[in-house]
Amino acid sequence: MQDIVNALVLGSIYVLISVGLTLVYGILKILHIAHAGIYTLGAFLGLMFYHLTGNFWLALFLSIILTGIAGIGVYRYFYKRVLEESRIVPLVISIGLFIVMQDLYRLIWSPYRQPFAVSFGIGDIRLKGIVITEHQVIILIVTFVSLLSMYFLMNHTKLGLAMRACAEDMAIAGTLGVDVEKTISVAFFLGSALAALAGILVGVYENNVYPTMGEVPSYKSFVVIVLGGFGSLYGAVLAGFILAFTETILVAWKGFVLPRDAIAFLVMITVLMIKPEGLFRRATR
Amino acid sequence: MSLDYILTLVTFSNIFSILALSLNIITGYAGQVSLGHAAFFGIGAYTSAILAVKFGVGYWWTLLASVLISGVVGLFLGLPSLRVKHDFLVLATIGTNFVVVALFKYIDFFGGPYGIVGIPMARIFGIDLSTTGFAVYTSIWLVISTVLNLYINKVYLRYGFEAVKENEEAAESIGVSVSLFKIYAFTISGALAGLAGNLWAYQMGMVFPDDFSFSISISILTMLVLGGMGTTSGPILGAYTLTFLPEALRFIQDYRMLLYGLIIVLVMMYQPSGLLGKNGILRKAFKR
Repeated sequence: MQDIVNALVLGSIYVLISVGLTLVYGILKILHIAHAGIYTLGAFLGLMFYHLTGNFWLALFLSIILTGIAGIGVYRYFYKRVLEESRIVPLVISIGLFIVMQDLYRLIWSPYRQPFAVSFGIGDIRLKGIVITEHQVIILIVTFVSLLSMYFLMNHTKLGLAMRACAEDMAIAGTLGVDVEKTISVAFFLGSALAALAGILVGVYENNVYPTMGEVPSYKSFVVIVLGGFGSLYGAVLAGFILAFTETILVAWKGFVLPRDAIAFLVMITVLMIKPEGLFRRATR
Repeated sequence: MSLDYILTLVTFSNIFSILALSLNIITGYAGQVSLGHAAFFGIGAYTSAILAVKFGVGYWWTLLASVLISGVVGLFLGLPSLRVKHDFLVLATIGTNFVVVALFKYIDFFGGPYGIVGIPMARIFGIDLSTTGFAVYTSIWLVISTVLNLYINKVYLRYGFEAVKENEEAAESIGVSVSLFKIYAFTISGALAGLAGNLWAYQMGMVFPDDFSFSISISILTMLVLGGMGTTSGPILGAYTLTFLPEALRFIQDYRMLLYGLIIVLVMMYQPSGLLGKNGILRKAFKR
């Protein structure tokens, strides 16, 4: 039972990072590795504002806004001019950006692990031997609320419609009067904001923020969106939880010697061999 | 920088040039982006290391075994590429890289996290290869790899394989055997990376799982793209530049990685086809 709670929390974190990445990928079809650098930026900004203001929720808000703007910057100044090139070009730029970001954080905020201790004052929940820590409660609630708002935004607003249209076919969306430029920026803003949210929550959960914390998410989030069918939001959500549960089960199973990351990739390769377009192929194509 | 040190860097550059050239066959010619090339490199290096250390096999046999085994693994990893396409394939290759490194790390036969140490010096025609000898020896292999690349480039143009890179479905429809070329590319590429692995193992005298991690795959791809995909001189220029660059930047120790990353970003933004690619500044400079 305790495993289920842990897997749910782990899954929530995977989902938060991957949904943001899916938004970006869905529209531009770029393997945006630097998304993990954005995630780290969110965590550092959150920590910085927390120290400055002493209010966690205010720090969270400020960090999300600033990180979202940074995300728009990445699109405007780096990706935009190479969109017409071979797809490998933005990929390599993204890798370069990720290297630059990690090193910038190291120079600005020092290479050491910094604690991010926040108490929410609601205490841990105990139920028949299962412990849900207050941090886990917060992560579950925040993820739920974010996903619900995303669902509403994508399905019941004009902006969501514009984003879905652009993901389908940018040129046609443009001719139909969608402001493509603005829509892409919004997608980058939202995606980066979600990454910042994930970064802060992970930072608090593990009580640790450090420049290279984005390394594992940089490829793990791609495993999630690949399983989810590249670009499908529902797919990414389901895949995030499926991956978390599979990993938890296989790690708990003593006979399995490989570490978590290798398990994630084994799962992914197996799935790809059977279904080359991921578990949840986009319905419309 | 002492001469010995420069010669060691030349050896490393040669090994990475061979890796970049081998990736060029898959990515530059067959258009299949791989971010797991270090897996082949590692399989080649571990094959040589295990044969030399655990079984006392002589140099030429370890070389042959590395090339063959990596080639066969390339063949088998090429098969999925027929089924898995585009960005899915990129992720599948990353996955392969992680799984291979995890196997090296967690299976005792491969020496675990401490790797395999004590690989003897390469002995060729009765001569133990020193630093200078190894720099010359790897240069010879680099020349052979370049010739092989040129040859494949010729074959590839003759049979219309360029079409595979541009548009697979269209190529198939005009009678180009896409599957055959992809398998062919993956096998040769794996074998060449195996050769690089053998050279690495004997140069270092030891192998560790992390020598073949995902970040090495990234470096190899970066070298290729920076120099110019689909050219023969580009991968070599890329490998030499990115091997010597961190050394040249040593005087600004603390900002080294920052600058390294920035150079990659800027070159890609302003020279998207690579320095020696179609519209590269260096290509134009040479033509003039």
